[in-house]
Amino acid sequence: MFHFTVMKIHEFQAKRLLADYGVQVPEGRVVRTAAEAFDVAARFGGTVAVKAQIHAGGRGKGGGIKIAKTPEEAEKYAAALLGSQLITPQTGPEGREVRVLLVEKGLNIKREFYLGIVIDRSVGKPVVMASSEGGVEIEEVAKRSPEKILKEHIDPAVGFQPYQIRKLAFGLGLNPRQVSTLMVKLYQAFEDLDCSLAEINPLVETQEGDVLALDAKINFDDNALFRHQAVAELRDFSEEEPLEIRASRFGLNYIKLDGNVGCMVNGAGLAMATMDIIKLAGGNPANFLDVGGGASVEQVKNAFKILVADPNVKAVLINIFGGIMRCDTVAEGVVKAVQDVGVALPVVVRLEGTNVERGKEILSSSRMNFIVADGMGDAAKKVVAAAG
Amino acid sequence: MAIWVDRETRLLVQGITGREGTFHTGLCREYGTNVVAGVTPGKGGMVHDGIPVYNTVAEAVKQEGANTSVIFVPPPFAADAVLESVDAGVPLIVCITEGIPVFDMLKVWNSMQGKGSRLIGPNCPGIISPGKCKIGIMPGHVHLEGRVGVISRSGTLTYEAVGQLTSREIGQSTCIGIGGDPIIGTGFIDALAAFEKDEETDAVVMIGEIGGSAEEEAAEYIQSSFSKPVVGFIAGQTAPPGRRMGHAGAIISQGKGTAAEKMAKMRECGIHVIESPADIGSAIESVL
Repeated sequence: MFHFTVMKIHEFQAKRLLADYGVQVPEGRVVRTAAEAFDVAARFGGTVAVKAQIHAGGRGKGGGIKIAKTPEEAEKYAAALLGSQLITPQTGPEGREVRVLLVEKGLNIKREFYLGIVIDRSVGKPVVMASSEGGVEIEEVAKRSPEKILKEHIDPAVGFQPYQIRKLAFGLGLNPRQVSTLMVKLYQAFEDLDCSLAEINPLVETQEGDVLALDAKINFDDNALFRHQAVAELRDFSEEEPLEIRASRFGLNYIKLDGNVGCMVNGAGLAMATMDIIKLAGGNPANFLDVGGGASVEQVKNAFKILVADPNVKAVLINIFGGIMRCDTVAEGVVKAVQDVGVALPVVVRLEGTNVERGKEILSSSRMNFIVADGMGDAAKKVVAAAG
Repeated sequence: MAIWVDRETRLLVQGITGREGTFHTGLCREYGTNVVAGVTPGKGGMVHDGIPVYNTVAEAVKQEGANTSVIFVPPPFAADAVLESVDAGVPLIVCITEGIPVFDMLKVWNSMQGKGSRLIGPNCPGIISPGKCKIGIMPGHVHLEGRVGVISRSGTLTYEAVGQLTSREIGQSTCIGIGGDPIIGTGFIDALAAFEKDEETDAVVMIGEIGGSAEEEAAEYIQSSFSKPVVGFIAGQTAPPGRRMGHAGAIISQGKGTAAEKMAKMRECGIHVIESPADIGSAIESVL
């Protein structure tokens, strides 16, 4: 079964993975209660960082990272964070519930850097990016002063070469000896684990001259999860939308959005185009849903149930261009779903392609109130009108 | 004339004995494609639906003179299948498989450079020159032989575009689904360059998606080196950043690859950009 979201993991999980590869990270413990936070802070002694573990970025700005000078302070911050809805620039207004904290030993930070690896699709190679502007959003640096981002493209056949590491290290004003191991290990993890992003921001140099990953973010290529069972097990379902999890179990590609027009489409491109045309007609799509190229009656039925389980949905648009997928299969699935769930919502159906006549026949002989549309433009107008 | 596939195409199917391979090989042959061989390791010597099966691509090429390969093997083995065809010197390789790990494709892509094979895909519907040759999973019957080229990152949205053309009796010279993955073999620019040279193509429909910068690069190419009218559409105008919209390549990451950016660039470069996917047919009609 495919998972369709980009798989993310928590900071503490990313740091464990990187530490296993030999990347130096601060000493830290995962805690789930305020009392544990007190104990860990007491054991570490001195200043600690209390960090909320949620999948969204921008935690610092949202108040999810606190510096505690005493165990009492650590306990107080932990009590306030645990169970709260943390709102950051990336969570949306509803925020994310904080269930887990990472408590880390404080460091004597001298300088902060950025280090990240992504795939540069325009040249077909991974690219290692580094900047002396650490701790801030790299997108901002890229916009403001692109010359401050150093880049090295990696030939996947030969890997990350020592001369490239030297270029980056000297460019950052570091001695290559300080960062060589860390860079080699980070790239090794990126390649071994099929990451789509491995980012250390900030990478810090301490007064003592050590270089460590103060934060870590790793995303994985879903298509490669089949060969990384241990990584797949790090998936935290509580961070994901329940309807999306349900959809992924049926092999459906569903993403929940904010509008009120539910849509079911075959093919990702056509599904995006359908969302676009709903918007152009003055409506708002409630979701992205691609039932795929060869869905069965059962899958169409499940897809429809997931659509209407979203309470915001006021009308449904089914847009199918049957190629491999036959229109009669879609029609049968929809009729079954409506019978099963007893949906009272208006359903606009646009069918085209293979077995379109049989499909239309099934819909009309069902004696249900389907609104039949002719072409995408007509379908969008009708469904937006129906959603009110 | 059309581009890349025509009546001279001699097709070999990698993964011919699998469910998908069997089904789509049948439909391609029904359409008139000359399927000369299949490859399934370990099943060499058998005859599958009347087509000889070989253990290796090299053998199939040598025995049957195949000049094009189509790949229907599952994602964990697809990169190897592409490399096997490259090694056997197959000039055109069409990879339908969806879900190949990006790192596998990185290695394939880099290793193929300078070797003389063209890869279309992966994660694509394939390529069709209507009335001549169909390679892939697109429904043959919505196409009509004619003089408009179609290049698209998506599958069913391509059928939608083609359907709009055919219903206006505007035929197509060749329709290429270049694929929805971040790393693909043939891009917009390669296809545009071939359409520029093709005397039987008068205009081109270019269908892009959010994510990456392929459309922007193609727009610049069109401005500098493409003489025929182009109608363009970008899917995902309403897609939120950071969410992957089905295709592995369709993701707005780090604020880059939005539909608005792409459409602005395309307009600036002289492409007839339409906002509604329902207007593809009428837009082509107006530029012809």
